[in-house]
Amino acid sequence: MTAVDEVKIGGMGASRRRVEDNRFIRGKGNYVDDIVLPGMLHMEILRSPLAHARIKSIDASKAWAMPGVRLVLTGETMAARNLAWMPTLSYDTQAVLATDKVRFQGQEVACVIADDPYIAKDACEAIFVDYEPLPPIVNPMQSLADGAPLIRDDKENQSDNVIYDWEVGDREGTDRAFAQADLVSKIELHYPRSHPSPIECCGSIADFNRSTSKLTVYMTTQAPHIIRAAVALVAELPEQMIRIVSPDIGGGFGNKVPVYPGYVASILASILLERPVKWIEDRTGNLISTGFARDIYLHGELALRKDGRILGVRMKATADHGAFFSDAQPSKFKIGLMHSAFACYDIPNAHLLARGVYTNKAPGGVAYRCSFRVTEAMFFQERMVQAAADDLGMDQAEFRRVNFVRDDDFPHRTPWGFLTDSGQYSKCLDVGLEAIGYQDFLKEKEEAAKRGRLLGIGISTMTEPLGAGNSREYDILGIKMFDSAELKIHMTGKALLRTGAKSQGQGHETTWAQIVAHELGLPAEDILVEEGDTDTAPFGMGTYASRSTPVAGAAVAMVSRKIRAKARKIAAHLLEISEEDVEWELGRFYVRSQPERGVTIQECAMAAYSNMPDGMEPGLENVAYYDPPNLTWPFACYIVTVEVDPETGVWDVLRLVAVDDCGVRINPMIVEGQIMGGLTEAYAMANMQFITFDEYGNCIGSNFTDYLLPTAWETPGFELHEVVTPCPHHPIGAKGIGECAAVGGPAAFVNAVMDALKGTGTRNIDMPLFPDRVYEALQTGADVSGAPPVRIGEA
Amino acid sequence: MTSLFQEVSPGAAEDTPTRQITVTVNGESRTAVVEPRLVLAHLLRQAFHLTGTHTGCDTSNCGACTVLFDGTPVKSCTMFAVQADGHEVMTVEGLAGPSELHAIQEGFKEEHGLQCGFCTPGMMMASKALLEENPNPTEDEIRWALSGNLCRCTGYQNIVKAVMWAAKKLEDQ
Repeated sequence: MTAVDEVKIGGMGASRRRVEDNRFIRGKGNYVDDIVLPGMLHMEILRSPLAHARIKSIDASKAWAMPGVRLVLTGETMAARNLAWMPTLSYDTQAVLATDKVRFQGQEVACVIADDPYIAKDACEAIFVDYEPLPPIVNPMQSLADGAPLIRDDKENQSDNVIYDWEVGDREGTDRAFAQADLVSKIELHYPRSHPSPIECCGSIADFNRSTSKLTVYMTTQAPHIIRAAVALVAELPEQMIRIVSPDIGGGFGNKVPVYPGYVASILASILLERPVKWIEDRTGNLISTGFARDIYLHGELALRKDGRILGVRMKATADHGAFFSDAQPSKFKIGLMHSAFACYDIPNAHLLARGVYTNKAPGGVAYRCSFRVTEAMFFQERMVQAAADDLGMDQAEFRRVNFVRDDDFPHRTPWGFLTDSGQYSKCLDVGLEAIGYQDFLKEKEEAAKRGRLLGIGISTMTEPLGAGNSREYDILGIKMFDSAELKIHMTGKALLRTGAKSQGQGHETTWAQIVAHELGLPAEDILVEEGDTDTAPFGMGTYASRSTPVAGAAVAMVSRKIRAKARKIAAHLLEISEEDVEWELGRFYVRSQPERGVTIQECAMAAYSNMPDGMEPGLENVAYYDPPNLTWPFACYIVTVEVDPETGVWDVLRLVAVDDCGVRINPMIVEGQIMGGLTEAYAMANMQFITFDEYGNCIGSNFTDYLLPTAWETPGFELHEVVTPCPHHPIGAKGIGECAAVGGPAAFVNAVMDALKGTGTRNIDMPLFPDRVYEALQTGADVSGAPPVRIGEA
Repeated sequence: MTSLFQEVSPGAAEDTPTRQITVTVNGESRTAVVEPRLVLAHLLRQAFHLTGTHTGCDTSNCGACTVLFDGTPVKSCTMFAVQADGHEVMTVEGLAGPSELHAIQEGFKEEHGLQCGFCTPGMMMASKALLEENPNPTEDEIRWALSGNLCRCTGYQNIVKAVMWAAKKLEDQ
């Protein structure tokens, strides 16, 4: 007998076909709206048509009188149970149903619970709300202006619209660096509001059973255990009586992390009616009220030496958080991990000032396919880097290379104090430049320019912090960010694995089994993976911020090793030797001096239930809670070439090369799928995805006719390359990957278009790079802002 | 009607207009009494329990609800159930018989053409319509035929490959 062949058992490195596909391709997924419970009622939400208004009165009598209506909830009903407001994940409060004022268009005002969703919707329309309009605020400049209306007059000690002022870095040191600079490069940027828009909207089914006092909630959540804790705290229910089930989720991208009023209202409705209550959000509700992304303004400065070295960086960021500060992010950091910017560059001095403000826009800045504001950090970084290279008259690739942290300089302390541990930045860049044919393209560009054609090339290189925690630094509402895995090996050698993470398309049912196969030699197909049910899964913080593989995936490896350690003792017993004489090869223990004498892991499993050594606890089950020593730091280089039509401002992607170093790849097929998905969202952000507001606070982008998502037709093709630098602290050397391309990608597109426009005088066009904006830049040579209120012609 | 009874909301029965319709769904004739305003997607999902047809946008942009209507792909969220009276509808559940897979289903799995799976049924139905009309499509033809179906996970490249995989398999059969 020899070790099992890891490829044959679907272990690490195998592009194993996905287990979950078997149900999805048959239309047999189990999404929240597919669940039907006996006696189930349906809830719809009445939303505010106004962005800012005082509620004078609400008359729901006509709704109550409609046949089939079972319950109408208003702010008053909620307030009577102390549920009109709920705490947010950022230590603010958020209205569940409005009592005093509405503070953004689309805010939840009332809920109707009825026999079917059509009746509920009709009844919502029969509710009369008398509003007294107030002046709306749609950007931070208005918010901070003298005499601006106070949005959060519900809060004591809140005299203006500022949420926080936050500072990090060395102000004096950075000032000195700027004083010594040969050149200071400055740029003004706005990362516009966007929305994750998974194809499945949010929803929940609350099922309170009075006879058992148990509350079961099926819901679209990426973090069911956090929700259980939140429900226990907000609804004051005992935690053991709360079961949160996250069934199949039709995409998350951060949109399904926060707690939304619809969830809370459906829970209260079920408690009051003692029947299951289903709430399925419609797309407009999803777009205008749930967690948006970005909406940050930046003034950025780089202190430069003539030879290209960056001496210092200054960032001044203003974040528009909407009406409630309900970002999902680690509590220690006010503007997420914005200060992870420039982590791949060796810069001695850095200073960041951040200010958060309230506006009359939807709340809930979520990490849309990124780790807590890292998307903005890396976009600003790479736009600043390109502008600086242009200001210096230096080649943009060379400028990056000169400033990269060197391969032999790890661990490296980043400008704002993170510790990076590994990377081959120059090598990634070289792979990318060679793949795109950099020098040839520069010649082609020059030739094309002579014929009036505008070609451009954009580069974006970045390392980003993925996989919170460690728990020393990362918590949400004080709950430490670690994760977990529980592995039960049955006597026949088959296994059940559960984790505290929750897949929304990442393929955990496939890849977690591959890690167990790698550690234990059990065939991946013998391992059933379950997630998302808080009654059965071990406690974990869920899936977002690319943390599944860095944290829960590590826990899977660690619990497998615990199992292996116990199996080793059983093997020694079965082989009648001392444990020190037992050797391991994949799937099998053997006698060191007699390799042909051995027992398989499956034989050890059987013995754990039938023939364990004296004094040993029976069974072969364990659980591991993993608290990573550091974040993981994948690196990426994205290069885009474009052609801009000078007549129309329309730009087309010619080629897109992506080089990703996410460490060891568990399932290369799935990793590449994640990268391509991220690249598409990067393209979408640069090209079309845009939620804006007019001067009245109307949300422009409230359906997929206005809020554009790329189709198969526009989306460019992808050329993928890899470099592998294993993560030094992760048990299997893996790093996060799900978000890299969405984080690093947007700057590559914008840099490419700006490169095509080099020499026109325009330093920046805010995303999305709509043709009319590019055309305007070509005509005026000025920067083009995309800040709301929306300009005529864009609505 | 095969059920013994259908509960209706108190007071609603006499006021609400209804109509009896018969639709051939996945080859089986099925009858239901519906309100005229009921959309086809809800008839399929709620009355016929065929939950593979998903709704994602309500405005016929996303295509998650795509079914074949007399062989033509339509968005069942923006069509009334009564419009299907006397017609044939095929949903994802009708692509293959029990314990079988259609080549398109195999292709999506083989080429990793899905991640969260929510857009997949609509995507596959649009693909089926394409391959019936054009058994050997180019990449551009596939991208155009699927441009009414949104996917947020894959970036489409593997979906294109999946359709090509299916085309080849169907050709080989």
